[in-house]
Amino acid sequence: MAGAGAGAGAERKAQLETVQADGADEGCVTFVLHGEDHTLGNSLRYMVMKNPDVEFCGYSITHPSESKINFRIQTRGGIPATEILCKGLNDLSNASKHVLQTFEAQVKEFRLKQGEAME
Amino acid sequence: MAAPMRNVDEIRDRVILGEFGVRNVHSTDFPGNYPGYDDTWDLRKFKKNFRLDVFHMDENTLEFDMVGIDAAVANAFRRILLAEVPTMAIEKVFIYNNTSIIQDEILAHRLGLIPIKADPRLFEYRNAGEVDFLLQLKIKCTRNPRASKDSSDPKELYKNHMVYSKDITWVPIGNQADVFADAKIGPVHGDILLAQLRPGQELDIVMHCVKGIGKDHAKFSPVATASYRLLPEITLLQTIEGEKAERLKRCFSPGVIELENIDGRRVAKVVNSRLDTCSREVLRHDDLKSLVKLGRVRDHFIFSVESTGILPPDVLVSEAINVLIAKCQKFLNEIDSTEME
Repeated sequence: MAGAGAGAGAERKAQLETVQADGADEGCVTFVLHGEDHTLGNSLRYMVMKNPDVEFCGYSITHPSESKINFRIQTRGGIPATEILCKGLNDLSNASKHVLQTFEAQVKEFRLKQGEAME
Repeated sequence: MAAPMRNVDEIRDRVILGEFGVRNVHSTDFPGNYPGYDDTWDLRKFKKNFRLDVFHMDENTLEFDMVGIDAAVANAFRRILLAEVPTMAIEKVFIYNNTSIIQDEILAHRLGLIPIKADPRLFEYRNAGEVDFLLQLKIKCTRNPRASKDSSDPKELYKNHMVYSKDITWVPIGNQADVFADAKIGPVHGDILLAQLRPGQELDIVMHCVKGIGKDHAKFSPVATASYRLLPEITLLQTIEGEKAERLKRCFSPGVIELENIDGRRVAKVVNSRLDTCSREVLRHDDLKSLVKLGRVRDHFIFSVESTGILPPDVLVSEAINVLIAKCQKFLNEIDSTEME
């Protein structure tokens, strides 16, 4: 059973598809992410692996000429893999937001210190 | 001499630089790997341990430290800085007249690589055929009538014989003249030599600029380069004094090891391991290699970002982090929209 996620609008193709083996539970899913490479793949894999409910997580780039990754999640305890993916994306997003806030605060502080040093 | 680390902590926190290779490279801090350690992702723990310090910033370079983050995420920021932060660059070159010695396609290639000072956040991506703004290059080389008869210096003999990027002018279309009245749209550097002409040769070129990302073509990359390195760590396993200390000091980059006087003997001490370039020179000396342990701190990244001048480097880093957040959001929205169906 292969489920395809449809995007809004007729022009945009689906960016995220799921592929599931027949008879397997919801916890073992391979997601196909279009338009992505190691940038999101590796960082998302790290975030999903930090989840104790995950038994297996990995990604691979099927062919270097195509920009899509196969992202596989296997959970223990029957937790749906989509939930795990959502949590991983949210964790990555929140971590990046925190990095952004800290960075901007530090840059501002550095500029102030530079301004004081010059006077 | 610092207290020796427990084996487990060393595997978790340090990359070891050995004589014949680098060991312990991969991060292994995932839940279940180490009994007694809780490695589950916890945003509060992350916020507590995360630290960011700006070391140096001027208008084109930025050096800052990120501590407490994993290599996967730091590398994602580096990759986005190189390839996915959008900029403006010349995409289509319409050559109405080119009688110079530089071939059309070579000239077009060179024009594409010129960094264009226009804030990409004010423009949108265009489909093929549309354009964000226009630039023009119209120049003709003529003989200088006032040159002396026996001079051979081209600067004296000819006018406009060197075509620089400062000869590229912006042609506002539509209401751009009002919207971008104070922004000087044009090449970042005016002294990039594009072509050389002789009297009678001219260039009449119109260029279309569009917004793009480095993944599409390297001309859109906003950084001269963006890189990171891990903080080096040098541990002296014994007290090293005298002549050995002198030789040890010479094995590392200047400023890393200093000799201090303790009880009349000169003892080596690690002062600033950040300056070290990790050449592992000390491992080439048989008597010194067992006295030193070289490694890198796994979660301490020293980032160095150099901008091409389009956007200041701190803006580039902010934009890169925003791109990663937008990527995550895009897939979250996809999942939400499929679940609704």
